[in-house]
Amino acid sequence: MSKDQVRVVVTGLGATTPLGGDVGSTWSALLAGRSGVKTLTTDWIDTVPVKFAGVAEVDPGEVLPRPEARRLDRAEQFALIAAREAWQDAGAPEVDGDRLGVVVGSGIGGITTILDAYDTYRNKGWNRLSPFTVPMLMPNGAAGWISIDLGARAGAHSTVSACATGAEAIGYAIDMIRSGRADIVVAGGTEAAIHPLNIGSFAAMRAMSKRNDEPQRASRPFDKGRDGFVLGEGSGILVLESEEHARARGVRIYAEAAGAGYTSDGYHISAPEPSGRGGRLAMQHALKDAGLAPEDVIHVNAHATSTPVGDEIETQAIKDAIGGHALVTATKSMTGHLLGGAGGIESVFTVLTLHERIIPATVNLDDPADGIEVDIVSGDPRKLPDGQLAAINNSFGFGGHNVAVAFTTR
Amino acid sequence: MAKSEQEILESLGKIINEITGIPAADVTPEKNFVDELDIDSLSMVEIAVAAQDEFDVEIPDDQLKNLKTVKDVINFIQA
Repeated sequence: MSKDQVRVVVTGLGATTPLGGDVGSTWSALLAGRSGVKTLTTDWIDTVPVKFAGVAEVDPGEVLPRPEARRLDRAEQFALIAAREAWQDAGAPEVDGDRLGVVVGSGIGGITTILDAYDTYRNKGWNRLSPFTVPMLMPNGAAGWISIDLGARAGAHSTVSACATGAEAIGYAIDMIRSGRADIVVAGGTEAAIHPLNIGSFAAMRAMSKRNDEPQRASRPFDKGRDGFVLGEGSGILVLESEEHARARGVRIYAEAAGAGYTSDGYHISAPEPSGRGGRLAMQHALKDAGLAPEDVIHVNAHATSTPVGDEIETQAIKDAIGGHALVTATKSMTGHLLGGAGGIESVFTVLTLHERIIPATVNLDDPADGIEVDIVSGDPRKLPDGQLAAINNSFGFGGHNVAVAFTTR
Repeated sequence: MAKSEQEILESLGKIINEITGIPAADVTPEKNFVDELDIDSLSMVEIAVAAQDEFDVEIPDDQLKNLKTVKDVINFIQA
């Protein structure tokens, strides 16, 4: 990174997750090693082979006023709640709307809206459809609503790259600020996909854990006994800001969003390329973009979903790109996998890890898989030393998308 | 049995409160949807969708635009 490049910092955080309805409750649950995975009690549960999920701890319908909630898909509701928290956390900055942007994506979009509306159409006809059906189902809906809520007019964008969506959104936001298009960008990801069609479809890929008798032990990244990912829901949002703008208004700076790296595997629609080349290169590109050396990076929040194929390949990629010194954690062991929301909340976690100088421990790692050559933080959270530190959040998605975002202490 | 004006008004008040957040007590027969209740055209469609289900009537689009007050809707449902 050249010295004259615009630096981007994180000044606000927001989240609503299976662990809590805001950043504070989510973070303390994470440090306590609590699982947000719950047994489902819905009326369709007998129709699918997986009976649990990381359901949001706080129902968004209880947070938003009823007239607002009914016009938003659940994924949009999560994003709006998290964006409002992040905005307040950033001190509700006074900013020219023409200099304020939004980048918020979802992996799937308003899937429950689509399916419910289709039932309404088939059973009652088109003229019983809500006039908000289209804005509820479109995957850019969350970005649109947040831009309206905040009066953001510098551009509202939505990345769509499955489980890399949230991280890609943050990378895009960094670029928006660096290129001078905006002073502040609200960025992250959201997902609300706990529906029998999605569970059935992921189960059809044989991608989901079926540990129905021990749901809170089902998400077990890096463990020999893992048998698939656990579906979660929620949103994580960051307020990114040019350092100049943040310094001028004297706001607390959590970390620098120092750079991002992207690759595509060009290999398989859902399986990771076996050598981990794509993930390794994404991390190396992020280091270059951030002006960091591998030894600067002390921590990686891994993508690690708890599927049998992916986790070890990622640890190999981390060892190759960063080195065996990397302290790695997989917070999906507690939140489940938020799909398009994952890169958002895991970036929130990576930023807090640097800011609080403590790494949340991976839970359910009873018997580590063979061949892991990085240090997985498990048992108790691990304290980080003083001084200048860097960390990376990895997010990989079906389609072969690999995104790494680098953050540094400030 | 046809519903009374009061019954329809109460149900409409609930629907409008659910959709717009306007207190049901403010939904009185003489109120104009756009000028007095500040309800926009998409919200009017939402109200019409809900009213069609609640009162088992069809409200065609060319009729909907003529329903300017709460009383107009009550009359339409009773007709």
